[in-house]
Amino acid sequence: MASYPVRVFRFYRDGFRSMTLGKTLWKVILVKLFIMFAVLKLFFFPDFLSTQFSTDEQRADYVMEQITAPAQNSN
Amino acid sequence: MGEIDLALVNWSRAQFALTAMYHWLFVPLTLGLSFLCAFYETIYVKTGNEEWKQLTRFWMTLFGINFAIGVATGIILEFEFGTNWSNYSWMVGDIFGAPLAIEGIVAFFLEATFFAVMFFGWDRVSKGFHLFSTWMVAIGSNLSALWILVANGWMQYPIGMEFNPEKARFEMQNFWEVLFSPVAIAKFTHTTSSSFLVAVMFVFAVSSYYLIKRRHVEMAKRSILVASVFGLISFAYAGLTGDESAFNNARVQPMKLAAYEGLFEGKKGADLVAFGIMNPNKTLGDGQDPFLFEVAIPRGLSLMGKRQFDAFIPGVYDLVYGNEDENIVGYDKKIERGRKAITDLTAYKDASKAGDTAAAEVSLAQFKENQDYLGFGYLERPEDGVPPVQTSYYAFHIMVYLAVFFGLICLAYLVYGIKDTIAEKRWLLPFGVLSFFLAMIASQAGWVVAEVGRQPWAIQNMLPVGVATSNLDVGNVMTTFWMFAILFTLLLLAEVKIMLNQINKGPEGA
Repeated sequence: MASYPVRVFRFYRDGFRSMTLGKTLWKVILVKLFIMFAVLKLFFFPDFLSTQFSTDEQRADYVMEQITAPAQNSN
Repeated sequence: MGEIDLALVNWSRAQFALTAMYHWLFVPLTLGLSFLCAFYETIYVKTGNEEWKQLTRFWMTLFGINFAIGVATGIILEFEFGTNWSNYSWMVGDIFGAPLAIEGIVAFFLEATFFAVMFFGWDRVSKGFHLFSTWMVAIGSNLSALWILVANGWMQYPIGMEFNPEKARFEMQNFWEVLFSPVAIAKFTHTTSSSFLVAVMFVFAVSSYYLIKRRHVEMAKRSILVASVFGLISFAYAGLTGDESAFNNARVQPMKLAAYEGLFEGKKGADLVAFGIMNPNKTLGDGQDPFLFEVAIPRGLSLMGKRQFDAFIPGVYDLVYGNEDENIVGYDKKIERGRKAITDLTAYKDASKAGDTAAAEVSLAQFKENQDYLGFGYLERPEDGVPPVQTSYYAFHIMVYLAVFFGLICLAYLVYGIKDTIAEKRWLLPFGVLSFFLAMIASQAGWVVAEVGRQPWAIQNMLPVGVATSNLDVGNVMTTFWMFAILFTLLLLAEVKIMLNQINKGPEGA
């Protein structure tokens, strides 16, 4: 009798091997995740406060400046 | 922050709306179909009838396609928080951290673990454990939704928190108050029950298609029978929770209620508009009738909003300009208090920087007197606090009309299903096919009511959308808007193609 981790490993291995439609779906998922994390997140969606400031104190100061200066129109 | 770039705000809004609405094409089907799979499999385990197993595997395959295409589309919303909505994101970080972390853990352990057993485990684990896994996927998916909707509920009704002026953040004071907020609970129960209806309509659509084509007739009839029972229960529950949502709106978001009911001037014993065409030229305080034509239920709105036939329901006009008789403070007065809050917050910031502790304490105490009106201080005019009334009104009424249709079709399918004559009702089956597309429209309309109806707020009364945005180049936001539009459309086309292919194969292909 194989150990529990080995049985779990085999369960997943055999499951992935026996997939038919699942293989197509995994391809869609992997392409999607690549586009999201390697393209969109990296080049188009940097975290604004993290990239502009190095400490939380600076970020808090910046946001405080943003919310205390009078707004002309906030819609 | 000076003058706000409205083009930037509106493109940021449009981008968030686009991603949220596309994401929401996939989610309701996941939430509802997971439970339907659990019901079908329970019948299989109870009866031992292999036909129920084949039926379960068929719907589970369609569930898997939808899950795979839709998974992670919500992550883009989190990218947008950090990039486009950095002020907002910073300010709510402490509140949203706990619910979203729990959502991640629950989603990972329940869905990811049992999802594999659900798909790989047929004939490899015991029937009982497989059924348990299917139920865990259904419960896990819906619990994930709970935490997201708790976060959304907090934005609509921010409680259990305190504003920390040193960190410019809303900080959680009472987790349970946030979790069990009546708005969050109503939002969760209404969203999930209406999602169950979407999945029921999906089963109706596919099964009706099979019956029209005279293919897989027995499987289709069985699927319909179970789905129609689930659909009727979900319909009743969605109605009750929708009523509770309206009751909450009357209490904590009266402007939203007034907008989606097209109520410009409040009254005691307010009527509920059952059907009406709004006057497109109507503006606030112009004396024109807001409706060109209307059929109303006498005193229905007072009953819905306040549980009393003669209760006063404020209209848009009362909320914007105030109504002394009804003790309603207008937005003009709230703007004054909001601006005072901003002035005191500025004074607190300056005193703190200068190291003047005594002055900082005084400013902070003064700020706290008006902090509940902080968001109003950013509005230029009282009228800026009014959401798009016509959009809210039509979205709400479309949702309600379609919900009634879903109730009727569930009833018809149940009755003919029990009589075993559903396959002969050829006139009814096209409505079954159509029902899923209508359910998607109703589901999206529901979110339009919830989100457009609460504009201009990112956080109700505390932070308007314009102040929540990051200072980005509008061209960048436009570019990413179109990128998303293309990416999500491709994903949707992929889903439709794979799904249709699988439906054509039928249960043998599962």
